[in-house]
Amino acid sequence: MTLKASERMKIPRQHMPEQDPGQRATNFGEVNFGLACEAARTEADRCLGCKGAKCIGGCPVGVDIPGFLGALSEGNLDKAADILFDANVLPGITGRVCPQETQCEALCIRTGKSEPVAVGYLERFVADWAREHRTTKVQHPPATGKRVAVVGSGPAGLTCAGELAKKGHQVTIYEALHKPGGVLVYGIPEFRLPKKIVDSEVEKLKQLGVRIECNIIIGQTYTISDLLNEQGFDAVFIANGAGLPVFLGIPGENLKGVYSANEYLTRVNLMGAYRFPESPTPVIDAPQVVVVGGGNTAMDAVRTARRLGASPATLIYRRSRQEMPARVEEVKHAEEEGVTYHFLVNPVEILGTDDGWVRAVRCQNRELGEPDDSGRRRPIAVPGSEFEVPCQVFIEAIGTRANPLLTQTTPELKVNKWGYIEVDDKNMTSVPGVFAGGDIVRGAATVILAMGDGKKTAAAMHDYLLNQD
Amino acid sequence: MFLILDAQWLAPGIRRLIVQAPHVLRHHQPGHFVIVRVAPESERIPLTVADTDHDKQTITLIVQVVGATTEQLCNLETGQSVLDVAGPLGKPTEIKKFGHVVLVGGGVGTAVILPQAKALKNLGNRVSAVIGGRSKDYVILEQDLSQHCDAVYPCTDDGSYGYHGFVTGQLNELIADKAQPVDAVIAAGPVPMMKAVAEVTRPHGIHTIVSLNPIMVDGTGMCGGCRVMVGDKMLFACVDGPEFDAHQVDFDELRDRLTAYRTQEKRAWDHKPSGHVCKCKVAEVPS
Ligand SMILES: Cc1cc2nc3c(=O)[nH]c(=O)nc-3n(C[C@H](O)[C@H](O)[C@H](O)COP(=O)(O)OP(=O)(O)OC[C@H]3O[C@@H](n4cnc5c(N)ncnc54)[C@H](O)[C@@H]3O)c2cc1C
Ligand SMILES: Cc1cc2nc3c(=O)[nH]c(=O)nc-3n(C[C@H](O)[C@H](O)[C@H](O)COP(=O)(O)OP(=O)(O)OC[C@H]3O[C@@H](n4cnc5c(N)ncnc54)[C@H](O)[C@@H]3O)c2cc1C
Ligand code: SF4
Ligand code: SF4
Ligand code: FES
Repeated sequence: MTLKASERMKIPRQHMPEQDPGQRATNFGEVNFGLACEAARTEADRCLGCKGAKCIGGCPVGVDIPGFLGALSEGNLDKAADILFDANVLPGITGRVCPQETQCEALCIRTGKSEPVAVGYLERFVADWAREHRTTKVQHPPATGKRVAVVGSGPAGLTCAGELAKKGHQVTIYEALHKPGGVLVYGIPEFRLPKKIVDSEVEKLKQLGVRIECNIIIGQTYTISDLLNEQGFDAVFIANGAGLPVFLGIPGENLKGVYSANEYLTRVNLMGAYRFPESPTPVIDAPQVVVVGGGNTAMDAVRTARRLGASPATLIYRRSRQEMPARVEEVKHAEEEGVTYHFLVNPVEILGTDDGWVRAVRCQNRELGEPDDSGRRRPIAVPGSEFEVPCQVFIEAIGTRANPLLTQTTPELKVNKWGYIEVDDKNMTSVPGVFAGGDIVRGAATVILAMGDGKKTAAAMHDYLLNQD
Repeated sequence: MFLILDAQWLAPGIRRLIVQAPHVLRHHQPGHFVIVRVAPESERIPLTVADTDHDKQTITLIVQVVGATTEQLCNLETGQSVLDVAGPLGKPTEIKKFGHVVLVGGGVGTAVILPQAKALKNLGNRVSAVIGGRSKDYVILEQDLSQHCDAVYPCTDDGSYGYHGFVTGQLNELIADKAQPVDAVIAAGPVPMMKAVAEVTRPHGIHTIVSLNPIMVDGTGMCGGCRVMVGDKMLFACVDGPEFDAHQVDFDELRDRLTAYRTQEKRAWDHKPSGHVCKCKVAEVPS
């Protein structure tokens, strides 16, 4: 039965069922449970199926949103999944972590009049359904005889590897850590993105014939030139991310209890420190934790600290709430879980005990001045406004940079002044046959942009490989 | 999985493991380390590559039992395997023609200077090694070093063997010997030892390198946990080091940061699978 537009407009946005905030603040289980089938179809009914749908323009990979929502609304989940996977190979992940409110949903025609269609929730719904109900028909296309090496197993690397394998190329992923997934496994916590979802994507790649070699650091174990000249690869895709943490450069940063968000999250997520001592990697227990930053990384760190028992777990950010780059949903969820916010505040010094442990952070108020290059109002220090926030762990989540580990052993690879790899419009680097994408090209960005790069580059690499000899 | 071809106790609580790891060999240079995980739930721990054998495709690890993970590793026998060996990591040692180089190894730090001795000798340096231990049983690798060094000076704290006293005492004597002026010093060992070496060479202006051992997690520059202050710069030991100019390093801070997990390390040590007996305490040490 087809609904009239006016009927669709009357349906309210469906709510995402979630774990009770008080309860989830003490465990690492996923916060969002996912929509039930009924609710998902009702939500899909809210889509007006616009001609020239604006929402598609908001999606970096151009998912045919009215297409998959239409199929979902009809109850044809298979078709919905086919449409979705056609543009987005990791919808179970992007449905959970995309900043929908600034991308697809921001441009939904219903935004403003009522609430936008919950594209993210539905993407997650269809992807989870597909994971549980569809057995991937693994087609093994005719082998091209071409071999490709992929450096890094974050969203860019995984996507590129999958696309190339589907074209019949033999792909090997080299990953520096002991577990594939990049930020998806060492950074983003279980309560936002269960690791079993990443694992199942990795499993799918293996079924497609992709080889994954962990504990291999390109630039150290093998150089790019080894891969091309000795290991016999015909092309290389570099997707090693931008994982080098930046520190504030304030006094007290080497006290015990000061972490980069990367270290804190890696200890807890990748190394399982929340299960210490069953898992032997520790993290410092602290009754009070302060995190500085306003992005997803800062949110993940402060919510993790909260789950490890910090009270208060405080986030300080130098701008105001509106300027926070974190996903709106995370900011809200964290608040419900009891995270405390201090806006327009910046740390100026970390204070320690006599025996070298963090005891507090000295902060200073900021006020907003004229807009800066990013268009956001610049925070200006307010002299004399200093105050102390007691804490025993202080976590810095103020950004990451390009890691020079790979580029310094490949001097012929052209990088810009910040160390990010330069590419042409086909994502090829200055070295023929070597391509790059994801955060190592863009600087710290998003999962969907990394995935989009992986996909676009795979297409360019396919052309390159076929035209090679 | 990486097969252990040979496992021997070198001293009480210090074990030598010869591990098949062909991928580490191709770009290995003295000064490099690897990150090892013993089993699926293990910590990632950094260990220096103490030796390599290209024919057998092996690397040598020399490991001192200091906590739960090193104990787990040292309990492995010939024929067993370690789960992961990632590397080589870090920047290689500055190997060049210095003239007369004195290598100083304290305890398990002696493992670090063995490959350096080989490489420095090959370039035609005069190489002396000063190696220290608590007592005779704890002085390791004397034979191996003798094969590459012009002179090896064992030292013991209790005087049970070689020079009676700390390695710095012996080092001072070598510096005082004007017949063989010292052009460079490379030291690896406990933090207080490295700090003391730096203070010995500083007044003489002797170029001195130390191999630092901060706590590491990934070993690839991603976490910043291994940060050390060198001069006024914050550097990451895993990618910028682990070797630095001894006269620039803030040793007190490094030493303090190494204690960050003391209470948890004790809990990890106490949390042992039932029926587990630590073999290092009962091991027979070849004399
Ligand atoms: C804590 C955190 C939360 C985030 N939350 C979100 C979110 O909610 N939504 C969103 O869209 N984005 C989020 N992001 C950003 C997003 O995760 C990244 O933009 C994205 O993961 C980049 O993908 P990538 O494939 O380029 O690199 P990465 O995911 O960084 O993967 C790079 C991989 O390469 C490996 N590697 C590095 N060097 C080498 C080498 N020399 N040899 C071999 N392997 C190497 C690394 O170990 C890593 O596994 C978050 C980031 C962080 C840190
Ligand atoms: C570059 C480098 C090379 C090293 N080479 C050797 C070597 O060749 N042989 C050897 O025996 N040891 C070496 N070490 C030290 C070795 O890594 C630690 O002894 C080991 O990690 C301790 O683990 P544990 O669980 O047994 O002890 P724990 O109980 O965890 O800790 C005991 C002590 O080791 C230090 N430590 C703990 N975790 C780490 C970690 N992840 N990284 C570094 N130190 C840590 C702590 O400060 C503590 O004082 C090296 C360290 C570095 C950084
Ligand atoms: S991939 Fe992200 S931006 Fe695109 S439709 Fe899905 S949730 Fe929206
Ligand atoms: S803009 Fe909104 S209503 Fe229109 S097709 Fe896209 S999701 Fe549906
Ligand atoms: S060990 Fe993580 S940056 Fe060095």
